[in-house]
Amino acid sequence: MSDIVRAELFKLVRRPAVWVLLAAAVVLNQVFGYLVPYLSYRSGDAGEDGASPEQLLASALPDQLVGRTIGAFPVFAGALALVLGALVFGGEYGWGTVKTLLTQRPGRAAVVIGQLAALAVATLGAVLVMFAAGAASAAAIATAEDRPLEWPGLGDLVSGLGAGWLILSMWAVLGAVLGVTLRGVALPIGLGVVWVLGVENLVSAVAGSVLTALQPLRDVLPGVNAGSLVSSVMSDRMIDPPPGVTSSVAGSRALITLIGYLAVCAAIAVWTSRRRDVA
Amino acid sequence: MSTPTVVEIHDLTKRYGDRITAVDGVTLSVRRGEVYGFLGPNGAGKTTTLRMLLGLIAPTAGRVSVLGRPPGHPATLARVGSLIEGPAFYPYLSGRDNLRVLARYARAPEARVNEVLKAVDLADRAGDRFATYSLGMKQRLGVAAALLKDPELIVLDEPTNGLDPAGMRDMRRLVRELGAHGRTVLLSSHLLGEVQQICDRIGVIHHGRMLTEGTVDELRGGSELIIAAAPSDVARARLASMPEVDSVRSSDGTLRVRADERHTAAINAALVSAGVAVTELRRGGRQLEDVFFEMTDHESPDREMDHV
Repeated sequence: MSDIVRAELFKLVRRPAVWVLLAAAVVLNQVFGYLVPYLSYRSGDAGEDGASPEQLLASALPDQLVGRTIGAFPVFAGALALVLGALVFGGEYGWGTVKTLLTQRPGRAAVVIGQLAALAVATLGAVLVMFAAGAASAAAIATAEDRPLEWPGLGDLVSGLGAGWLILSMWAVLGAVLGVTLRGVALPIGLGVVWVLGVENLVSAVAGSVLTALQPLRDVLPGVNAGSLVSSVMSDRMIDPPPGVTSSVAGSRALITLIGYLAVCAAIAVWTSRRRDVA
Repeated sequence: MSTPTVVEIHDLTKRYGDRITAVDGVTLSVRRGEVYGFLGPNGAGKTTTLRMLLGLIAPTAGRVSVLGRPPGHPATLARVGSLIEGPAFYPYLSGRDNLRVLARYARAPEARVNEVLKAVDLADRAGDRFATYSLGMKQRLGVAAALLKDPELIVLDEPTNGLDPAGMRDMRRLVRELGAHGRTVLLSSHLLGEVQQICDRIGVIHHGRMLTEGTVDELRGGSELIIAAAPSDVARARLASMPEVDSVRSSDGTLRVRADERHTAAINAALVSAGVAVTELRRGGRQLEDVFFEMTDHESPDREMDHV
């Protein structure tokens, strides 16, 4: 198994699309998590929800690192992770390399599990990079504004890292299962992004206003549970929570639901791959 | 390990739905150390059969055994190298990096990567991205990947596709060398000449059904040496006395000799030294192409089949 994971990581680090996705996630997080609040503070504008310039600055300081970083995961970073999963698994069908891999030594289940494990390593790397970039931005703002460098406690940091890793892994595996079942890249990415950015928001909005009977359905959606998990590990002092971060579901339930999605998607990917004719 | 039969396929069938039968009751066997040619026109069912052999697709019916195990078993795959229906690699990786990925999958030593790149004459371009390769280079990389595991059985599906004449010649030479070194090679092709030149035995498939299986000579009904010589009775007596000659008969003013092709020069020399004037000496008999088209009910060569 370790041979497969090493081979997949070898492929991932040499694939330009992976670096493009990582760069997009980091840049978007820095822009909306740090640059926009800081520029608003500097210009003296109040936030749309009435947050004062001082509150905007406070939201970009080091003690808000966990919330500022993983606050972006339920929506746009999640969508990018889904794209990564679809690229990794769907690309094998697009290029026909799935037959090349399956005629080497390992069995089909081992190949899929190894690829999923490599995907998990990649998402962990992405989470660490995003935390590091956020820490650098927060430290730069605090230094520029002569504010104390107060960092989150180790427990909060570990919880945040863990939650962020779980959320990105869940989205990535969802993309992977779409890539395997649909045997390609374009359709899984299209469907997945529409789901993450459109359907989830639509269902949440409808369930919260005109049709509350949809709330049980809303509460099992992956994005809603990801947002709830983020909400549960964010600092109490978090101001202006990012889009998608809600407390619709309790943190423990969100954790179990996301693990469930991860396990079910992985099982579907393995099952589909084992039973399929590879043309 | 020492089983004489490396591949055993019995009554293998693959259907897609009710209407398409890609492979229909194919039975064949490949013996250890031989180069077996799987011959048939495009769409005959060759690639589907080979995919079942490697466990890529499941048969509808029938049995397949590869190196004594079911197809697709990890222990089997570890001893089988293959190139199926064109090379498929990662376009963003170099040729060498593609092989390094596969070497890790196959648990082959990384040193093998450079060895096989040299074997297919691709070492100079190994650092370039696969996407920049010509069709022939891609094909050669596919063969290199098939050799990576130092396999006992090599399955090559149309390995000369996309190669120029020099590349085809090199590929044939490589396949012959593999066979000469005791490896078993199962080679599919629609090129009659290619199969006739490099294969020990041949199986012919058409419309998903196996038509025949045998050596080239068996399929051609054997070939004869046709000799025009005078005086004919002296020539016949000399030939009959030679241990290399299996039989001699007269026909249409010529002598028809059954003997291994390797002894042609020796036969000629023996006749000349016996004072016989040899005015004609050539191989005769049906070509594989004639046999193939007789079996497949074609009156003239199909466009997709190359002349011998």
